[in-house]
Amino acid sequence: MSIELQDISKSYGKFLALDQVSLQFQKQMIYGLLGRNGAGKTTLMNLITHRIFPDSGKVFIDGEDLSTNPSFVEHIYMMTDKKLYPDPMRVGEVFRWTDAFYGGFNHDLADLLCKRFELNKKRKISTLSTGYSSIFKIIVALCVKADYILLDEPVLGLDAGHREKFYKSLLETYAETPRTFIISTHLIEEVSSIIENVVMIDRGHILRNCSVEELLQSGYNITGSIAEVDAYCKTRHTIGSDTIGGIKTAAILGTAEHVPVGLTVSPLDLQKLFVRMTESPEVE
Amino acid sequence: MIALMIDVESNEPIYLQIARNLEEEILMGVYPEQEQIPSTTELSIGLKINPATILKGMNQLVKDGVIYKKRGLGMFVCPGAVENLRSRRQSEFFVKYIIPLMNEGERLGISPDQIIEMIQKGCDTT
Repeated sequence: MSIELQDISKSYGKFLALDQVSLQFQKQMIYGLLGRNGAGKTTLMNLITHRIFPDSGKVFIDGEDLSTNPSFVEHIYMMTDKKLYPDPMRVGEVFRWTDAFYGGFNHDLADLLCKRFELNKKRKISTLSTGYSSIFKIIVALCVKADYILLDEPVLGLDAGHREKFYKSLLETYAETPRTFIISTHLIEEVSSIIENVVMIDRGHILRNCSVEELLQSGYNITGSIAEVDAYCKTRHTIGSDTIGGIKTAAILGTAEHVPVGLTVSPLDLQKLFVRMTESPEVE
Repeated sequence: MIALMIDVESNEPIYLQIARNLEEEILMGVYPEQEQIPSTTELSIGLKINPATILKGMNQLVKDGVIYKKRGLGMFVCPGAVENLRSRRQSEFFVKYIIPLMNEGERLGISPDQIIEMIQKGCDTT
């Protein structure tokens, strides 16, 4: 059981948003979908949910071709920043309608989350602030019954306290009912311990699709004087570097060996690695 | 109770921090031998860390003979775990504390004799 993309390409006019992307999202895992603005994250999610159609390639949901069996989108729920509900609708009504469409909506959890986030179910959707609009959509996404939950920028406009509550709620419902979550976000540091797998996308290409741990172990940082670091990097695959004063830090792929005295080895972190990998396409 | 301190930005992988923290609490007697430790779910939600990472930390402790699994119940502290942890820590003491101490001394120009003197002074005051 999985979501599988086979050789998907999608362009908007002359702009190639996704270029022959093949990718699999496994069952019951939390994914981080990381990419810079315009990298193709939302396009990818929209294709999976059949909201837009690929120019070429196929999407399979649990082994079924989405183009011939579009009803399989019922296994997927997608939360976006778009406002798709009628203006006069109230929070509680959306819960009921979501239940009517998907079935099995977890009303108990919705009530609990409304209390936790202090959201009144009688509020009109149109009157919610940016932050509360996100909260409301998060609650729907966490309570809907679907095997694959896609969250496109779920924490948009959320303050730090509410983001913490969201991560906690996510892990709670994931423990209760394991299902696949695909989360796109720019707050990489915050999700780095929440997600198990990472899909890194850049300019319509998949850069990495592996576990966070695997990714972080694929390389290391080396720090020391500029000359020493440069000498060390010469024979190695460097993916980027920072220099502050006379000290340079470089991220290197591979395992650290023959490190001269005077250089310090430290592990990669997800956010820095992401910035480096998406900043320097010429070495990728 | 969750007193674990996890530093996501630390150099140490999160699963090892989890293992080390649980060891610390077992040493402190928070979870006595033959008693249950918190579940993966409880730690995952409390620490906001993916349950797979928590499980990896726990499996490390199972491998090290610190905890064991009771099917359908959870993880329990092994009999003799405290003694084993203590003797392992004792054998690590030299590498973890004495070597860095001597290195720092050398860097600052403190002689080994002076260090021994300081240790003696430390013994007298504690």
